[in-house]
Amino acid sequence: MPFELMSGNQAAAAAVQRAGVDLVAAYPITPQTAIVETLADYSANGLLKGEFVSVESEYSALACCNGAVAAGARVFTATSSHGLAFMHEMTQWCSGARFPIVMVNVNRAIGAPWVLDPDQGDSLSQRDTGWMQIYCSGAQEVFDTVLQAFVLSEELLLPCMVVFDGFYISHTYEVVDIPEEETVRKFIKPPTFEAQVQPGRQKNIHGLTAGENQHLLVRKRHEDMLKALNLLEKINEDYHKIFGRSYKAVYAEIPEGAETAVVAAGATAETVRWNLPKLTGTGLIQLRMFRPFPSDQLCKIFSDHKIKRLIVIDRNCSTGVGGIFAQEIKSAIYKMDKPPVVNDLILAGGIDLTGDMLKKVIEDSHLADKSEDKWGVDIQ
Amino acid sequence: MNISELNREREILYSGHSACPGCGAVLTVRHMTRTLGPDIAMVITASCWSIIAGMPPLTALKCPILHCPFPSAGSVGGGLKRGLIAKGHLDTTVVVLAGDGGTFDIGLQALSGAAQRNEDYIFICYDNEAYMNTGMQTSSATPYGARTNTAPYPLFKEGQKKNIMQIMAAHSIPYAATATVAFPDDMERKLKKAKEIKGFRFIHILSPCPPGWGAESSDTIHLSRLAVTTGFFPLYEIYNGITWKLTSPPDMKGTPLNEYLDSQKRFNKMDQIRRKALQEEVDHDWSCLMDRCEASVDTD
Repeated sequence: MPFELMSGNQAAAAAVQRAGVDLVAAYPITPQTAIVETLADYSANGLLKGEFVSVESEYSALACCNGAVAAGARVFTATSSHGLAFMHEMTQWCSGARFPIVMVNVNRAIGAPWVLDPDQGDSLSQRDTGWMQIYCSGAQEVFDTVLQAFVLSEELLLPCMVVFDGFYISHTYEVVDIPEEETVRKFIKPPTFEAQVQPGRQKNIHGLTAGENQHLLVRKRHEDMLKALNLLEKINEDYHKIFGRSYKAVYAEIPEGAETAVVAAGATAETVRWNLPKLTGTGLIQLRMFRPFPSDQLCKIFSDHKIKRLIVIDRNCSTGVGGIFAQEIKSAIYKMDKPPVVNDLILAGGIDLTGDMLKKVIEDSHLADKSEDKWGVDIQ
Repeated sequence: MNISELNREREILYSGHSACPGCGAVLTVRHMTRTLGPDIAMVITASCWSIIAGMPPLTALKCPILHCPFPSAGSVGGGLKRGLIAKGHLDTTVVVLAGDGGTFDIGLQALSGAAQRNEDYIFICYDNEAYMNTGMQTSSATPYGARTNTAPYPLFKEGQKKNIMQIMAAHSIPYAATATVAFPDDMERKLKKAKEIKGFRFIHILSPCPPGWGAESSDTIHLSRLAVTTGFFPLYEIYNGITWKLTSPPDMKGTPLNEYLDSQKRFNKMDQIRRKALQEEVDHDWSCLMDRCEASVDTD
């Protein structure tokens, strides 16, 4: 059986190798480094189909991917934290150019000061750049999602960011089902999207345009990205047929009659899941897809289960507002008749979430009749 | 070479582009595309050429041109070449076109990275010695003593023009050369040579900008020639960073620099002390170049 003990980083690299990429351009940064190293190893041993390019910066990693994908190649890069911040200009260009690039971002807080812990501030700072974002909660999910991201991205001609928590997932070893390449090929075929640069074809690509055109292009991009919610379900059906595993944009695990739900993404969702037996009357809603934001799916879950209170766990903070996931959810439930009260537990900087901490926040939420921000560190 | 002798069938640049009259960068690209084409793919970074190329879907060039953000040209070029190879287009010549800003300043990191990796494409810098697309602001390619909109009189550009050729030579790339539109046969010979070589190739082209420099549209060739004959912009080649070859005619460098400076409004408030300092800089650079050329073993 193709089961292997691997870290989240290694699982990501294995998926990239199985996907048959034409080019990987990358620059190492903690905690993403092992992805780059593993891909370099694959390349050294002739296991990577495409080229592995060690570039001089994260900015150039994405720029190099841009050049190759323009020629119709399947490309990949990975980064974290400051690396992603440095790429910011190119992330905008990728989506505007409709380049189907897959990138893994391993969540890590952004300085100052220097900090290595998993805070989602890096990927969430890129939320408006036109990239799809999917948050994973374990190494198996990372492997599966990277493969799905290529299909999703190339179908919609939009870049996709696969996100997971630094150290909790990047460095923790799990048993992962890594199918053989031939099996993977049944799911992910060689790229068929049209190359923008074709030798001999006269074309002026992404040159200066007028404001009205840009307006129409942005609207088209928005409409196309919204299609990802249905498309992901279809991709999951295909994936399930071959591999027996399946994922959703939002995953709900809510006991009968529960009126409280904890909303979390990534490894945090897994922590909540393990603590659920101790938290009577409380359910879990795992948010996988952040862009496009699954507003309707969330609202349906809240109303189907008659949820009155939400505790959103944010490993991030938009300074001056609060947790970003909480803000997005508040915006999504605005259209509900009886929207649940949203309480936000902010764990900025990537501090640990303990069962006791979770229990206390849930107990407090029963007393609260309005939205409330809690800072994880204060309640210990 | 007589312009009427040019083979029109080889033209890749259309008339009707949106450059200013007398633009050196257009002549540069005309020679370049005619010499390197027709199987070329161009990458254009933020510069005058972002506008000159036309507003999509219109285009001034008969080849695919991929626009990219300012600091990224060096890396996009490498990615495009590798991507084309992955898709089976082995022989397409990839050309990256950048101004002095996208080469000397904001583009330098990616350029250096690409040169160090010996990416297989031709990087062409058309150097009009300031940010001309946005109306003449100082770049690190602006000569000492020139006035710009970010160094208006009584300020002048301080510090020397960055010596990009020495920087490229320090990367030991297979081929680097300087050229100007006043010597089209020399330019075309260098471009042909660049096309034959594999690996990273860099061509530095002085590209007069009549509105920016304060000259008539008809002065472009005259100024390009003066830049060479005064020794301000010598014509030479560097092979593998070690073999330097002068390609200017041997009797060049006889004209006083003042003749060049007097032909352009950007220098017209330059005092005698600054003029002397710039002449000394030019003489010093010329003598270093002669030493390098003499010390080089001719491998051609």
